[in-house]
Amino acid sequence: MSARTLFDKLWDAHLVEAETAEAPALMYIDLHLIHEVTSPQAFAELESRGITLRRPERTKATLDHSTPTLPADSDGELPYHNEAARGQVQRLRENCARHAVELFDMDSEARGIVHVIGPELGLTQPGMTIVCGDSHTSTHGAFGALAFGIGTSEVGHVMASQCLLQRKPKTLAIEVDGALASGISAKDLILHIIGQIGVNGGTGHVIEYRGAAIRALDMEGRMTLCNMSIEAGARAGMIAPDQVTFDYLAGRPRVPAGAAFDAAVAGWKNWYSDDGAAFDRVVRVDAASVRPTVTWGTHPGTALAIDAAIPVAKDAAQQRGIDYMGFKAGETVAGSAVDVVFVGSCTNGRIGDMREVARILRGRRIHERVRMLVVPGSAQVKREAEAEGIDAVVRAAGAEWREPGCSMCIAMNGDLVLPGQLAVSTSNRNFEGRQGPGARTVLASPATAAASAIAGVVADARTYVVGAHQGATNTDAKLVAPEGAPAGAGVSA
Amino acid sequence: MNPLRSVTSKSICWARSNIDTDQIIPARFLSTTERVGLGRFAFNDWRYLKDGSPDPDFVFNKPENAGRSILVAGPNFGCGSSREHAPWALTDLGLQAVVSSEIADIFRGNSLKNGLLPIVLDQAIVDELLAHPEWELAIEVADKSLRLPDGRRFHFHLDAFQQICLLEGVDELGYLLARSPSIQKFEESCHAR
Repeated sequence: MSARTLFDKLWDAHLVEAETAEAPALMYIDLHLIHEVTSPQAFAELESRGITLRRPERTKATLDHSTPTLPADSDGELPYHNEAARGQVQRLRENCARHAVELFDMDSEARGIVHVIGPELGLTQPGMTIVCGDSHTSTHGAFGALAFGIGTSEVGHVMASQCLLQRKPKTLAIEVDGALASGISAKDLILHIIGQIGVNGGTGHVIEYRGAAIRALDMEGRMTLCNMSIEAGARAGMIAPDQVTFDYLAGRPRVPAGAAFDAAVAGWKNWYSDDGAAFDRVVRVDAASVRPTVTWGTHPGTALAIDAAIPVAKDAAQQRGIDYMGFKAGETVAGSAVDVVFVGSCTNGRIGDMREVARILRGRRIHERVRMLVVPGSAQVKREAEAEGIDAVVRAAGAEWREPGCSMCIAMNGDLVLPGQLAVSTSNRNFEGRQGPGARTVLASPATAAASAIAGVVADARTYVVGAHQGATNTDAKLVAPEGAPAGAGVSA
Repeated sequence: MNPLRSVTSKSICWARSNIDTDQIIPARFLSTTERVGLGRFAFNDWRYLKDGSPDPDFVFNKPENAGRSILVAGPNFGCGSSREHAPWALTDLGLQAVVSSEIADIFRGNSLKNGLLPIVLDQAIVDELLAHPEWELAIEVADKSLRLPDGRRFHFHLDAFQQICLLEGVDELGYLLARSPSIQKFEESCHAR
C-alpha cells in the first residue's frame, strides 16, 4: 500500500462503506460525547420516530455550557442563570436515564468541560473517531484521533446508527520547525498559526500538526493547539501519538491497565503519517519566530504579536473589527486598559494552565480595575489545583476561583463581560459579543492573561517572569527588568 | 424535511465577511430545547437598537428585503460553532439559500440537513450579485444552477447525495438506518472492541 497520512489511516480504518459518486462514505464513530445544549433536539427526534440508541455505551454525557460556576447555596440549590438553563440540564438527565447513557452529572467527580474530561478520563484514545455537537471537538485530535464537531442532526445520526455520512476532506500539514522560545506557549503558537493561514485557512481540510516544536509540547499544549483548529476553519486537527501521549494515558480510569495497556500502546504506535505520505497542502511555521500573541479584531485570524502594530484595515469588515475593539491601526494591543480577565475554557482550562496563572499571580494583586475569573476545566482540575493551593493564590491575588464549566467563554450561564468592557481571555473566540453583548475580547495565553490582570492593561508576561512556559517550575520564576516592555506593561509587583 | 427544488427571489445583499454563528444566533439563546421559532433571535445583537426597537439600518430590517429568501453574503459565512440553531434561525426567518464565495464546513453541513441551500460561487460573481439586490435570482436544485435575469447561468457544486435529499425532501437518518446490515458487519469484524 502506498504511503498514507495519519488522517488517511484513520479514515480507512473506520470505513463501513466507501464513498462513491452517488453516496458519501459511511464512517463508524468510536466515541460520541454529548452535552446539554446540542443534544435535546436529537433525543426528541429519535423518540418521535421510535428509534433507540444503537450503542449507548459509546455515548458519554456531561454538563458544562449552561451550568453555574458558583457553588450551591446552603440548601444545596445551584444558582442557575435562568429556568431555561436549569431545564436544559434536567432534560439531559432525563434523556440519559431513559436511554442508558452514562452521564457525568453535577455531583460527579468526573464532570467538566466535555473536551477536558474526555482526555482526562482516558475516554479519548489514539486511533479513534470522536464526535460531539461542539466545534471544539477537534481538541481530541491531540491524541492521534479523528475528532470533529457536528450539528444536532448528526448527533441524532450517531445515536441511531453509530455512523456518520462523510465526504473525504483534504489534508493540510502544518510543519512547525525549531523550538518555541522561553515563555511562549501552545496558545501563542496556535494564535500565530491562525494569524498566518487565516480564519478560513483550513476550511475543507483536516490539519496534522508536525515537526520538532510539536513533539516538544506536552499533551495539554497539544490539546490547546488542536482545540483551535476550527478557528482556522478546519473541522479537525491532529497530532500523531508518541511516548508523551502514552505516558499521559497510562493509569487513566478508562484506559486499560497492565498487559492490556502494553497491547494498546503497541496498536497506538501505528497511528502516524508514513514517510513520503502526500498532503494536499503544507504550511511551514518557524517556532522561534512566535512571540506572545493576541488578537486585535473580532475573529481569531486577527492575531499578532502583543507588541506589534495593529495593521491598517484591508477592508470594511476589518475596520469594523478594529473600531468595535476600540483600537487604532499603528498602535499595539499591549497597553490597552483591561476590565476583565478570564482564565478557563476547553482551550486553556487544564491544570497546567492553572499552574501557569498561579505562578504569575503568586504574591501579587490584580489591578483594582480588573475583575478576574479563574475557572477550572473540570472537577478533577479543580481538585488538583486546590490540593496545590492554587485556589488560595488566585483568591489572595483578588481573583475569583470558580466551579468547573464553560463559563465566560460562551457566556451562557450568567458569567459574562459587560457591554464595552475589554476582556483578556484564554478562550478561543473573539467574535463580537461572544462573551456577552457588546463585550470586547482579546484572545491570549494564560501567562498573558495573568500578567494583564496584574498590570490592568494588556501586558507581556515576560515582563514579570522568565520561563513562563507551561510546566515550568516555581524556581524558573525570576523577576526581571522590563526591558523593552510595551507601554503600561512595566508595572511592578 | 420539506423538499427544496427551486428558489426564486430577489436577494438580501450583505457584503460583510466572516459572519459567524455567534452573530447568526448568540449563545445565550441556545438554552432552548426546541428547534422551532428561533428566527426571532437571529442576529439579535445587530438587529435592534438599544431601546429594543428594530434598527432600520440593519439589512434584514429594510422594508425592501422583507419576504426575500436568498441571502448573498461576504466570504466565510457561518464560521464558528457547530450550533444547528444557526440554520434553524435562518430558515425560520424565511431563508432558503445562502450565496457566498466561501461557507464554513459545519454550517454548510447543518444547512443542508434543514432545507437551507449553501451556494458557493466565485467572489467576482458574488460581487456582481451584491451590487444588484433588485435582480430576481432563480435557483434550480435539479441542475445545480443560479440564473440571473439577463439569462446568464452559474453552476454550483452540490453533492449528488445531498441533491437527492433536497429534491426528495428525505433526511439522512432513514438512509443510515437502512445501512444497519453493513454497520453490524463492521462491528462484528474489524472493529470488535
